[in-house]
Amino acid sequence: MPVSTLAIVLVLMALSAFYMGRRRATAAQANGGYRTSSRPHHHGLYLAIWVAIPAALVAAFWLLIQGYVIDSIVLADLPPAYADISPDRLNLLLQEIHSVAGGGIVGREVDDGLRLLAERYHDLSMIGDAARLVLVLGLAIGAFVFALRRISPRLQARERVEKVIMIFLIVASTISILTTVGIVLSLLFETMRFFDKVPITEFLFGLNWSPQTALRSDQVGSSGAFGAVPLFAGTLLITLIAMLVAVPIGLMSAVYMTEFASPRFRATVKPLLEILAGVPTVVYGFFAALTVGVFFRDLGDAIGLDIVSESALAAGVVMGVMIIPFVSSLSDDVINAVPQSLRDGSYGLGATRAETIRLVILPAALPGIVGAVMLAISRAIGETMIVVMAAGFAANLTANPLEAVTTVTVQIVGLLVGDQEFDSAKTLAAFALALVLFLVTLGLNVMALMFVRKYREKYD
Amino acid sequence: MSQALADRTARTGVPDDDIAVSGRDISVFYGEKQALFDVDIDIPRQQVTSLIGPSGCGKSTFLRCINRMNDTIPGCRVTGELFLDGEDINSPRIDVVQLRARVGMVFQKPNPFPKSIYDNVAYGPRIHGLVKNRGEADEIVERSLEKAGLLKEVKDRLQEPGTGLSGGQQQRLCIARALAVGPEVLLMDEPCSALDPIATARIEELIEELKANYTIIIVTHSMQQAARVSQKTAFFHLGQLVEAGLTERIFTSPEDERTQGYITGRFG
Ligand SMILES: Nc1ncnc2c1ncn2[C@@H]1O[C@H](COP(=O)(O)OP(=O)(O)OP(=O)(O)O)[C@@H](O)[C@H]1O
Ligand SMILES: [Mg+2]
Repeated sequence: MPVSTLAIVLVLMALSAFYMGRRRATAAQANGGYRTSSRPHHHGLYLAIWVAIPAALVAAFWLLIQGYVIDSIVLADLPPAYADISPDRLNLLLQEIHSVAGGGIVGREVDDGLRLLAERYHDLSMIGDAARLVLVLGLAIGAFVFALRRISPRLQARERVEKVIMIFLIVASTISILTTVGIVLSLLFETMRFFDKVPITEFLFGLNWSPQTALRSDQVGSSGAFGAVPLFAGTLLITLIAMLVAVPIGLMSAVYMTEFASPRFRATVKPLLEILAGVPTVVYGFFAALTVGVFFRDLGDAIGLDIVSESALAAGVVMGVMIIPFVSSLSDDVINAVPQSLRDGSYGLGATRAETIRLVILPAALPGIVGAVMLAISRAIGETMIVVMAAGFAANLTANPLEAVTTVTVQIVGLLVGDQEFDSAKTLAAFALALVLFLVTLGLNVMALMFVRKYREKYD
Repeated sequence: MSQALADRTARTGVPDDDIAVSGRDISVFYGEKQALFDVDIDIPRQQVTSLIGPSGCGKSTFLRCINRMNDTIPGCRVTGELFLDGEDINSPRIDVVQLRARVGMVFQKPNPFPKSIYDNVAYGPRIHGLVKNRGEADEIVERSLEKAGLLKEVKDRLQEPGTGLSGGQQQRLCIARALAVGPEVLLMDEPCSALDPIATARIEELIEELKANYTIIIVTHSMQQAARVSQKTAFFHLGQLVEAGLTERIFTSPEDERTQGYITGRFG
């Protein structure tokens, strides 16, 4: 029986267990005539959980290890012909066995030795499958019988069901944490491997980035230089330009929304502004590469400036536009949270609206606004698509926004697209860059959250 | 000057120049809902007038008419005439910023700005251009804190945040902040409702002292407080000014049954 059928059978069994449990509990309660802590459907769930979960766990575990176990059994007594086979060849052999056993084809003539091994593999698999089926169904039925006999009005089915649900919830929340930890660890290990090949000082302080390494030893001219400073500088430059666009505009729109706009205007425009945040970044990338970049180049031509079409300026400006709703929506919340009593106090002293905003509201909201800006910066630093499309790959070390620069994210993309050897310095460099990116944005986010929290404490 | 104002001397028996604030036919609407109905009132100069009445009767609403704080509430509309020193404050010639400098306000809940004590007090004078340099600012801050009876307690920590003071101190800081602008009229909306009895007594003392130089209008829910601090009392009920007069008379022999009911605690 294939796995999917087994799963369906288990689900059906669990469902019928649920209905049976519920009916039995209803009947028992009707007969007993007293109230219990659990409702009939809790008894049903209790039964269903007993039927489905142990069986499903065993099935999953079995599926996971069956392949390994059979592999090792097959390899354990290889015919003497394969006595001293190299590990690489062994792997290939295993693949051939798998594919012949599955009725596929292999790249060479199937000889007798291979056929024998494949047959043995096939037999073992059949035995394994059958054993799995028997075990899983047996377990489900056994658990069903066991649990059915325990159903009685005194059984605290609700507590048990709730406990199982809680475990599910814990597992769900742990998964995201564990994934993050796993990602960080893999970044860390790969980065350490990278620093075995390239000294950390060169990476952090080197001024020259050209990650083309030689594929063959006789190639010339691509020795590989991994000084990441031009990337950091490029990222910084583009982020700076983006913030120069996003912070004033976002902040001013937030001030307008909170202090001037009529409630009706606010109710229509605020969601519109937030739609901007929903535009896929690749669309902004298009816009940056095909419209804004060209526009700046032509503008440069017109006024006698030399602006390349993949300029940091174009990428930064478009990225800034992308971040505007982010800044404005966060600062809007923050400014709104400034208590009305402060505004009243200021107006009551005869301050104008501008004075109140400038001298009372913005200073009071400042920590929150700083937090918002930091979150925006970390968005900008991590942004990839726009810069890939608009800023280009040239690792220039320059502070001139009219030239092409590249960013950390762009280079990560560049290092990993195409066919790569997985353990070349070039590929591993991507991990080092990613780690730096991760640490910087993590730091920014933590600081931003601290600012925002401190701000909240002040007014709650 | 309107006819109504000209008639006043005859009607109230108070000479014109002793009336600081007078309202004629003041009605206030929040959207469609009318909160104040045709209020006529005269408030004497350099005395304390208290506004009493059950919750929601429109005391705060009336108070906010005097410095036009109702302008800041969306959908709020005021009709009628309100005179400050004989000038209609709703006339287009009146600059609301100047008006609020002349009519200071202290709120129910102390609301110091999240700035230093010094900056809190200097805020008003600075925005109104009353101080040219640091020295003048120092002087005005010190004088206002002194008048509000707070100077002794905060002399050594003027640069600390005003929000770090106790509730009673914060309220006195807010009074100092209002005084620093040099108002003629001081509006106080339940200034003691968030304070303990000692801080309350302190503020009442202060009102007593300030009365020599300022016209004070105070909203209070405490009949005892009204009796202690004010010379005139006005009783509001359901948006109407029911009765106004000497505090003593209002509390001993009210003319209206509703006033009688309220001060004897039968409703409210
Ligand atoms: N901003 C507002 N919007 C709508 N209605 C309001 C507003 N402020 C006050 N009102 C209404 O106007 C009426 C008078 O309110 P006001 O605040 O003046 O009462 P009050 O006498 O000060 O009451 P309290 O003693 O509880 O402070 C109430 O019915 C209130 O609901
Ligand atoms: Mg009130």
